Amino acid sequence: MTIFSDIGRYLLMIKGMFSKPENGKMYWKEFMHQCAEIGVGSLGIVAIISVFIGAVSTIQTAYQLVSPIIPPSTIAQIVRDTVILEFAPTLVCIVLAGVAGSRIASELGNMRVSEQIDALEIMGINTKGYLVMPKIAAALLMIPLLVIIAMVLGIWGGRLAGAMANILSGNVYDRGLLENFVPYNVIFALIKSYVFAFIISSVPAFYGYFVQGGALEIGRASTKAVVVSCIAILFADYVLSALLL
Amino acid sequence: MIEVKNIQKRFGNRTVIQDVSTVMKAGQCNLIIGSSGSGKTVLMKCMVGLFEPDEGEVLYGGQNFTTMDSQAKTEIRKEIGMLFQGSALFDSLTVEQNVMFPLDMFTSWPVKKKQDRVNEVLNRVNLVEANRKYPAELSGGMKKRVALARAIVLNPKYLFCDEPNSGLDPQTSLVIDKLIKEITIEYNITTVVNTHDMNSVMEIGDYILYMYQGNKEWEGTNREIIFSKNQRLNDFIFASDFLKDAKDMRMLEETGRIPNHRNMDLLIDKDAPPVIPPSKDV
Repeated sequence: MTIFSDIGRYLLMIKGMFSKPENGKMYWKEFMHQCAEIGVGSLGIVAIISVFIGAVSTIQTAYQLVSPIIPPSTIAQIVRDTVILEFAPTLVCIVLAGVAGSRIASELGNMRVSEQIDALEIMGINTKGYLVMPKIAAALLMIPLLVIIAMVLGIWGGRLAGAMANILSGNVYDRGLLENFVPYNVIFALIKSYVFAFIISSVPAFYGYFVQGGALEIGRASTKAVVVSCIAILFADYVLSALLL
Repeated sequence: MIEVKNIQKRFGNRTVIQDVSTVMKAGQCNLIIGSSGSGKTVLMKCMVGLFEPDEGEVLYGGQNFTTMDSQAKTEIRKEIGMLFQGSALFDSLTVEQNVMFPLDMFTSWPVKKKQDRVNEVLNRVNLVEANRKYPAELSGGMKKRVALARAIVLNPKYLFCDEPNSGLDPQTSLVIDKLIKEITIEYNITTVVNTHDMNSVMEIGDYILYMYQGNKEWEGTNREIIFSKNQRLNDFIFASDFLKDAKDMRMLEETGRIPNHRNMDLLIDKDAPPVIPPSKDV
């Protein structure tokens, strides 16, 4: 029963976000603040993960492709498609669920427990609109951008690792990148990143917004938010792949 | 003026507030007192709309707040200021930004005017040179004063204070009480204070509502409380010998007599007639 009650409250929270802002300027300010927190704040970890994922993909693909009849440029094709289709959107979003998701849940949870949300309500502010919506909107803008950056850095990391380990030269890698390139894969990855961005922002917001208790419950809510977000991302990944590929 | 009519609030099968009615007048400090779990915080949250009462209504200046649509509630809420128990200051904002927040949200004043208003209310609560500090850098008393400044910055008609003295030393408590009282009179605000602090009851309680297990047990003024024969109220208010002594001294001041059960024979004027003002025991 709890799961149905939670889903109901989640949907009501989403519905409650949509009302006329009390002051558009303040909402915009909050939106920009969240863009900085979610986007710029996560850029470092996304960059590091992407470069290493690309590098490891190149080395492991080369390790498995031992047949002399397969040209080395195929390694670049495989790395490109793996990074674009799966690693950049899914893996990066799972990491972001941990980084940005836990931050959203703990921020809102702390505001709830310390009565800051009540204080905003008393002032006559729609707290779902002012606190939750800018986070979701910022995630929808910044996470696809982070995914695009992850794609570029992942592929570049693969090129770097290929050249450093003498697996394939930069020129061969570049040629491989252009072979059999399907632009739809990028669109598919962006569709996935939008869906994941919504999950990463709204699920932790739900757990943070409705937290009850003290510091211990904030920690629990934050952990639960990350776990549920990760499961939801993997489930959505499967559904989208089955439907769109 | 705030009218509370037959408020009832249940959580599951447990009734937390049972048919409470009262009237809280403007320009005076209306106190809600009671032991922990007596329902005073729930009553206050029902009054400000943080909880929906299951039955009954709350009227602000004759307007039924309980049945209003959210737009109308928002308009009333702009006239409400609230001082929370834990101050509820926004951690990421400075003192100045905290106090300016309601002005930023609900006015289109130029920055200079907002700045002047913020400085005015911060001066009013005797808080100077703290504009650039963050809540984490403030003491408990300073936090309460910032929260009070934020609550009054929009010139509210109604001020709610949830345990304003909790966690404060007696001297700082007195300062906060004095501020609340002064602001109430100065701006003719309807102030509702939820407190455990007996000093507040005696110092600023123009009207007192005593809650016991979700029911209104007693109501009256801080003068009448001295003479109340309500046993539960007396057990709660004058729990220690020190407070009993204080009560007797106040009684002596008021009537020239103190109750015979106290061992203060030297102070008792045995020939004086008993003077007991009417109380409003419920």
